[in-house]
Amino acid sequence: MREEPTDEVNAAIAEIARRYPQPRSAALMVLHFLQERFGCLTPPLIEQAAEQLGLQPVNLYELVTFYPMFRMRPAGRWHLRLCRTLSCALAGSAELHRYLCEKLGLDPSERGPQTTPDGRVTVEFVDCLARCHQAPAALCNEEEWDRVDKGKLDEFLRRLESERGDELG
Amino acid sequence: MAAERRLILRHIDQPGYTPDIDCYRRHGGYKTLEKALRLEAAEGPDGRRLTPQERLRQEVAVSQLRGRGGAGFPTGLKWSLVDRTSGKPIHLICNADESEPGAFKDRQILYKDPHQLLEGMILACYANEAHQAWIYIRGEFIQGARILEKALEEARRAGFLGNNILGSGYDLEIHIHRGAGAYICGEETALIESLEGRRPYPRVKPPFYPTVFGLYQCPTIVNNVETLCAVKHVIEMGGAEYAKLGSPNNTGTRIVCLSGCVRRPGYYEIETGKVTLRELIFEESFGGGLREGRRLKAVIPGGVSSRVFRAGEKVKLPSSDPSEQGAARAVDALDIPYDFTTVAAAGSMSGAGAIIVLDDTVSMVEALANIAEFFAHESCGQCVPCREGSFWISEILRRILRGEGRPQDPDELLRIARNIAGGKTVCAFGDACARPVESFVTKFEEEFRAACGARIGAPAGGE
Ligand SMILES: Cc1cc2nc3c(=O)[nH]c(=O)nc-3n(C[C@H](O)[C@H](O)[C@H](O)COP(=O)(O)O)c2cc1C
Ligand code: SF4
Ligand code: FES
Repeated sequence: MREEPTDEVNAAIAEIARRYPQPRSAALMVLHFLQERFGCLTPPLIEQAAEQLGLQPVNLYELVTFYPMFRMRPAGRWHLRLCRTLSCALAGSAELHRYLCEKLGLDPSERGPQTTPDGRVTVEFVDCLARCHQAPAALCNEEEWDRVDKGKLDEFLRRLESERGDELG
Repeated sequence: MAAERRLILRHIDQPGYTPDIDCYRRHGGYKTLEKALRLEAAEGPDGRRLTPQERLRQEVAVSQLRGRGGAGFPTGLKWSLVDRTSGKPIHLICNADESEPGAFKDRQILYKDPHQLLEGMILACYANEAHQAWIYIRGEFIQGARILEKALEEARRAGFLGNNILGSGYDLEIHIHRGAGAYICGEETALIESLEGRRPYPRVKPPFYPTVFGLYQCPTIVNNVETLCAVKHVIEMGGAEYAKLGSPNNTGTRIVCLSGCVRRPGYYEIETGKVTLRELIFEESFGGGLREGRRLKAVIPGGVSSRVFRAGEKVKLPSSDPSEQGAARAVDALDIPYDFTTVAAAGSMSGAGAIIVLDDTVSMVEALANIAEFFAHESCGQCVPCREGSFWISEILRRILRGEGRPQDPDELLRIARNIAGGKTVCAFGDACARPVESFVTKFEEEFRAACGARIGAPAGGE
């Protein structure tokens, strides 16, 4: 399902670049745009964007490999980022991460993003989300979850099941 | 009884208060900007004629406002260091990266009162004759970036941004730049690199500070979200009035973030230095104390980068009574007023105002392991002591938690921390990652030794 950049995409990149005195500055915002649009940053996308910004592909690859939010492989339809840092850990986020990973057949000792074999869910154990007063905090796609507990995770797992049922049915 | 003093958070969380421009204006928003843009040149205190912009900068200097991003650097002084003779454009960047674990104050402003930030930013830009500005917002604030985009659009339509703002002849554009999950981007020179489209490797300083060589090698001001909101209040009240709030050298209000083992975690705005740590943690109007049956064990006063205080710890402070000529007196760490100066004099720092409370159920070894993993993960990797040291520290702590600690491990942790700290690295992250290690291990030595199967005072053996 690899999409190629189209004229429309190129126009959007040019539009982002126009905001900056130097086109290279647009790199991060362009990568965000491409990842949101295509799901992940594939080499053709990266190389095309580099060309348009007047950069070498390596100038963008070194960003994609540095910043944790960028990915070169697709994430699940649901991307759940659970906070692992101190205030959330004190509120039990490690147990919640383990619980979720075990339910989904993922490795609880892995903190980086991992996706279920059916490609449905990506779980990531991330650093402080700046909502420590609502610990444990999580980010599910763009939705901010406060005071996550097992009940909330069970509800999420049920939602996944019913989605799967809908697709099969 | 100590109470909140809401200035920046005045409207936030009030029923019916929304982040749109109409609501902001109904509450008096942008009035300060309108007034500032009409300001005329006038004679300053020293008889020199000041331009309107100089007058605004003067107010900020008089207010003694200190930056709320972590270092507490005086904002007026920072602005006075801007090179205004280079002929190059002056840039302003709002640091909205908020990623110090324990801090969540900027987020409240960004999500719930974005126009207050914009008004402060436009005032700061006007005062410094900047015509281009950026808000660098952390990547995880996805909704926040969207709220800001909408706010910028509204401000443009209302004539507060763009060309010839409110007929004043002043032009300004503000753009949003999203980070992508790297803590180091909060460090101002890493942030600038990131904004230039490069890996966020902090720059070597001194000699070149952003106010002289910043974005695109142009003079650049980097200020925190809360700082820029405070600027709005300084201009609104006048610098001298603002300076009456808080305490000397710690003027104004600060938003304090309380999290961890307290009954009422949350954000509280106080007059700086008018409330003690004990009041913040225990009073009903703030943290409300600990959970039933728990006892206080430790307090991290300024984010995970600060040195921890042990409950009951006595700290030495210079006496404020002039007759005692600064003689040191010992006070309980909990009884120090929460501000920049006193917390620093007590050996720690208030940083970005992030207080994390630990009760007697918390293992200090586990807590430090959690913090160490954060630093190991977030080191940008540019300097060897930081990159390797933060990783070793984290690995040793994991080993201790697995029950495989060696008797010499506490000393080993201290040795590594000391080899990172003290100006051996390009940026302050190195010291930040050493401080918790050094303070946890020395102040909770018995716990670390016990976890490593050694008794206090036992000589550390070989392998
Ligand atoms: C490792 C590191 C991380 C930082 N993170 C932030 C941050 O997330 N937000 C922030 O405003 N300042 C952060 N700072 C401080 C900035 O470098 C800078 O001092 C600040 O943005 C200046 O604004 P102020 O003068 O208004 O405080 C960080 C500093 C270091 C060394
Ligand atoms: S001290 Fe650490 S974070 Fe700072 S530049 Fe060096 S390696 Fe990077
Ligand atoms: S520690 Fe989890 S949101 Fe800050």
